[in-house]
Amino acid sequence: MLARSPQAALQRLFDEVGSVDQVGIEERVAKYGTRSIKKGAKIWGLKTAVSMVDLTTLEGKDTPGKVASLCQKALQPHDAELGVPQVAAVCVYPAMVKHARKALGSDTAVRIASVATAFPSGQAPLKTRLAEVKAAVADGADEIDMVINRGAFLAGEFGEVQDEIAAVVTACGDATLKVILEVSELETYDNIRAASFLAMRVIRPGDFIKTSTGKTSLNATLGNNQVMLEAIRDFYLDTGIPIAMKPAGGIRTAKQALTFLVAVKETLGDAWLNNNRYRFGASSLLNDLVRQLEKEKTGAYQAPYYFSEAAESY
Amino acid sequence: MPRLPITKTPKVYVGGAFIRSESARVFPLKDASGEFFANIPQCTRKDLRNAVEAAAKAGPGWAKRTAYNRGQILYRLGEMIEARAGEMADAITLGGATPAAAAREVAATVDRLIYYAGWTDKYEQVLGNVNPVAAPYFNFTVTEPMGIIGVIAPDASPLLALISLIAPAITSGNTVVALASTTQPYPAIVLGEMLATSDLPGGVVNLLTGFRKEMISTFATHTHLRAISAVVNAEERKALALGAADSVKRTHLLKAEEKHDWFADTAQSVYAIRDTLEFKTTWHPVGA
Amino acid sequence: MPTLTAAKKSPRLAARSGRPAPELIFGDLWEFDPAPESADPKLKARYELFIDGKFVAPKGGKYFDSINPANEQKLAEIALAGPADVDAAYAAARRAYDGGWGKMPGRERAKYLYRIARLLQDRAREFAVAETLDGGKPIKESRDFDVPMAAAHFFYHAGWADKLDYVAPGRKVAPLGVVGQVIPWNFPLLMCAWKLAPALAMGNTVVLKPAETTSITALKLAEIFQDAGLPPGVVNFVTGAGEVGAAVMNHATPAKIAFTGSTEVGKIIMRGLAGTDKKMTMELGGKAANIVFDDAPLDQAVEGIVNGIFFNQGHVCCAGSRLLVQESVAGKVLAKLKNRIRTLRVGDPLDKNTDIGAINSREQLDKITALVAAGVKEGGGMFQSPCTLPTKGFYFRPTLFSGVSMSSTVAREEIFGPVLSILTFRTVDEAIEKANNTAYGLSAGVWTDKGSRILKMSTELKAGVVWANTYNKFDPTSPFGGYKESGFGREGGRQGLLDYCKLV
Repeated sequence: MLARSPQAALQRLFDEVGSVDQVGIEERVAKYGTRSIKKGAKIWGLKTAVSMVDLTTLEGKDTPGKVASLCQKALQPHDAELGVPQVAAVCVYPAMVKHARKALGSDTAVRIASVATAFPSGQAPLKTRLAEVKAAVADGADEIDMVINRGAFLAGEFGEVQDEIAAVVTACGDATLKVILEVSELETYDNIRAASFLAMRVIRPGDFIKTSTGKTSLNATLGNNQVMLEAIRDFYLDTGIPIAMKPAGGIRTAKQALTFLVAVKETLGDAWLNNNRYRFGASSLLNDLVRQLEKEKTGAYQAPYYFSEAAESY
Repeated sequence: MPRLPITKTPKVYVGGAFIRSESARVFPLKDASGEFFANIPQCTRKDLRNAVEAAAKAGPGWAKRTAYNRGQILYRLGEMIEARAGEMADAITLGGATPAAAAREVAATVDRLIYYAGWTDKYEQVLGNVNPVAAPYFNFTVTEPMGIIGVIAPDASPLLALISLIAPAITSGNTVVALASTTQPYPAIVLGEMLATSDLPGGVVNLLTGFRKEMISTFATHTHLRAISAVVNAEERKALALGAADSVKRTHLLKAEEKHDWFADTAQSVYAIRDTLEFKTTWHPVGA
Repeated sequence: MPTLTAAKKSPRLAARSGRPAPELIFGDLWEFDPAPESADPKLKARYELFIDGKFVAPKGGKYFDSINPANEQKLAEIALAGPADVDAAYAAARRAYDGGWGKMPGRERAKYLYRIARLLQDRAREFAVAETLDGGKPIKESRDFDVPMAAAHFFYHAGWADKLDYVAPGRKVAPLGVVGQVIPWNFPLLMCAWKLAPALAMGNTVVLKPAETTSITALKLAEIFQDAGLPPGVVNFVTGAGEVGAAVMNHATPAKIAFTGSTEVGKIIMRGLAGTDKKMTMELGGKAANIVFDDAPLDQAVEGIVNGIFFNQGHVCCAGSRLLVQESVAGKVLAKLKNRIRTLRVGDPLDKNTDIGAINSREQLDKITALVAAGVKEGGGMFQSPCTLPTKGFYFRPTLFSGVSMSSTVAREEIFGPVLSILTFRTVDEAIEKANNTAYGLSAGVWTDKGSRILKMSTELKAGVVWANTYNKFDPTSPFGGYKESGFGREGGRQGLLDYCKLV
């Protein structure tokens, strides 16, 4: 290592991880959309996508009742006979974790994820954010979705960003961590790639990097998903450490989800085509996935009111 | 006894130096009244080869000059000829032109150089393009000189025609190997002396004298010559085009059997510059 | 179906501490079902010559088969033109020119070209399927590139027809008269559009010969000319192999000849035309360098390398067939490239998910095979995609040669197939020297994050098209054509029009 100090090394972060050409990567991901997924491949893709959903409600008006109904949908997204799997997790605010745990019980494969760390802005003292993480884990959260300190990142204080992530890792204990980069605020693909590496270097195998809070204008896109998948691939091939990925926000249709999965298949390969390594942060997506599965089964296009309501936060 | 004048030994101007043919051959040149005037170098294929090498050496540096600088050098060449217009006119009258016609040809030659001197930093703006492609790319087409251009000058208007073929080529940064009129080579000999006192780097323009039939096949087949601008007869056109095919050489062949008015405005054009240009289109994404 | 298991909480792995190098698995966990394009190509069993606005039988009464290279089955039979047919085509073109096409107001000529563009867009999917069946290219390319780009060429040039005063500033332009054109088999419809649109916009009339393996879409385009009401004789198609091409090129009538094809054939045509004073445009072969510097956006560079050499099975004159990669990132780029190639899908060209289709003909497949064998013999390190190939039809695996020297066969000869030679360089000057060390000069690619270096490279590379941080991009507004033995003249943009007119 050439750098004389860890701080100096971080200053060279961008040189080290390399750049991304915006037009080139957007042309690349446009090709994923031309993949034609039919028949058995479509059913496999739709079911896999269901199993990857972090079914989410993140609203000021969330109540224990709303969370309980969300949990029911997570456990059984549709008629049992359709063979739709359970979703990966429910995702709620920290105050709702205990209600989710109550609704799901302790003997369930559906996990509880919670957006801690002063979500979505992250603008609270570190001490407060860490306390929130610990409280959510104590209430039964299996997974913590944190936000990075975008202000520090854009100010070039990479050390601070990374130290905070490391502190949250510790606070998580056994809980899985998902690091939200909030890509729309990082703005460029170069920043997204650099921030991905910053996080991956201090999180654990199986922890996630995640695109967005869903609370800003632009959320997950095929472009920023691709930048992060490529970062995960390069980091894995370099270190052997598999990092998981979660695009969140803006993925509303089954067709979109399948296109994201094509990106996973062609960038990271088969080992990432499962819900340990890939998730969708979404709410309305689930209904469309189920609807398309029903259509594949019956051959008839389905009216939306055949499917139970889902939370509409994002 | 009157003083015997010192006569000049005509030499060709190649690579910035005055040389005799490597073959040591010469042919006698007579003046309009049929009197022996001087021996002219009878250049060979090897002289042509050497001239191409000189042009190749000079090419990159010439092409890299700024357009402004090339313009000033062409202008300077005009100044040099203007200042020695009388001497040049004498060289033309040697072939039978009247003094008035010769003076007119010299003046037109100077004007032609001034015309092209002014183009050096403008043709790109007329001939190049920015292309509005239907994708997020900045796309532009610029010109580049082709490289070494072979010129074969006609016998009529031996100075003006020669310059009319050479000037558009060097305007853009090409270098030239030119074969002067066989019947009236002397203006090219004098031109070499004026080139030498202009600021034109040696090797940018190389002037040969001699016989077409001895050199035309080498002009045709030398693969380092990237284009030929010539005024030639049907047989020569065919020979040049056949040889050009071997290396996909560009040819701009005017018919010797047609009359060309080298004094006309149409004898000078930005499209003559274009004839010895390549067009290069560059794409680059527009993104952040 | 994947199930959720408890995430492992193992301590951070030490990088490569005695473990095998991590690898990605591009297996069959999620295999795509076949997704064949089902649109009807509306092929006829037999295609006649298109002369004087009508489909006419060849005077010699002979036909040849056009086969589908993906399965070697016959698609249609195509008329074989003889000298008398070529004469008739030129006579029709001459009549059409003298009869008014050249003198027609530009705005009226424009309307025909606009109509052609629109009618082609209407029938785009049908044409795409026909193109893929006839030539073997993946349907996604014929659908997303060839056909829309062909329509775009007609649309773009249509607009020039009444604006010709702006083609050559300071001068007036006039059409040349009758033009003879011969096009290759790699982009059959698109090359047709490239050649016809500027010629017609300028007011010329045309006799064109498509390549013998790919005549169908040209003759379908003739149906559109009829529907558009294009005056008879303005465009005439004669079909057949090399001897028909020679008859088109060497005929006394045309004032100009335009050829796209190999450098070898281009030289033969130039010799044939020596002494005729005909104007020419030659768009010939290439052996382009695609140059990757260590500061390049590497994943996009890899995409550009893949697009550069595997687009249209590498049947592209401007293919980036020589990868020049800076030594310091050569290993990284090669590793990324291999992973990317493993995800390319080779197979049925009609399948919407096929990335690389069929080689155009057995003859071309044999040529590629022979050149690759020469590459192996000369000691190049070969890597081929492990994909499975269909049993019928002409296919070739995406192939890389690493550790190639400048003098080796695969680095010098135009292979015209999915075969990439990889060379390394250390400095900018070395890259330029290696890139330019070829008789060709059609195109080049350069990948770097440094703006000033892009402009330096773009200036120094002796090539008619330079793609910086991209590759294989085309547009009707963008002039295309080569330096040196890659030909002369340009197609596209204002430059291309200048090759179809005379200054008056």
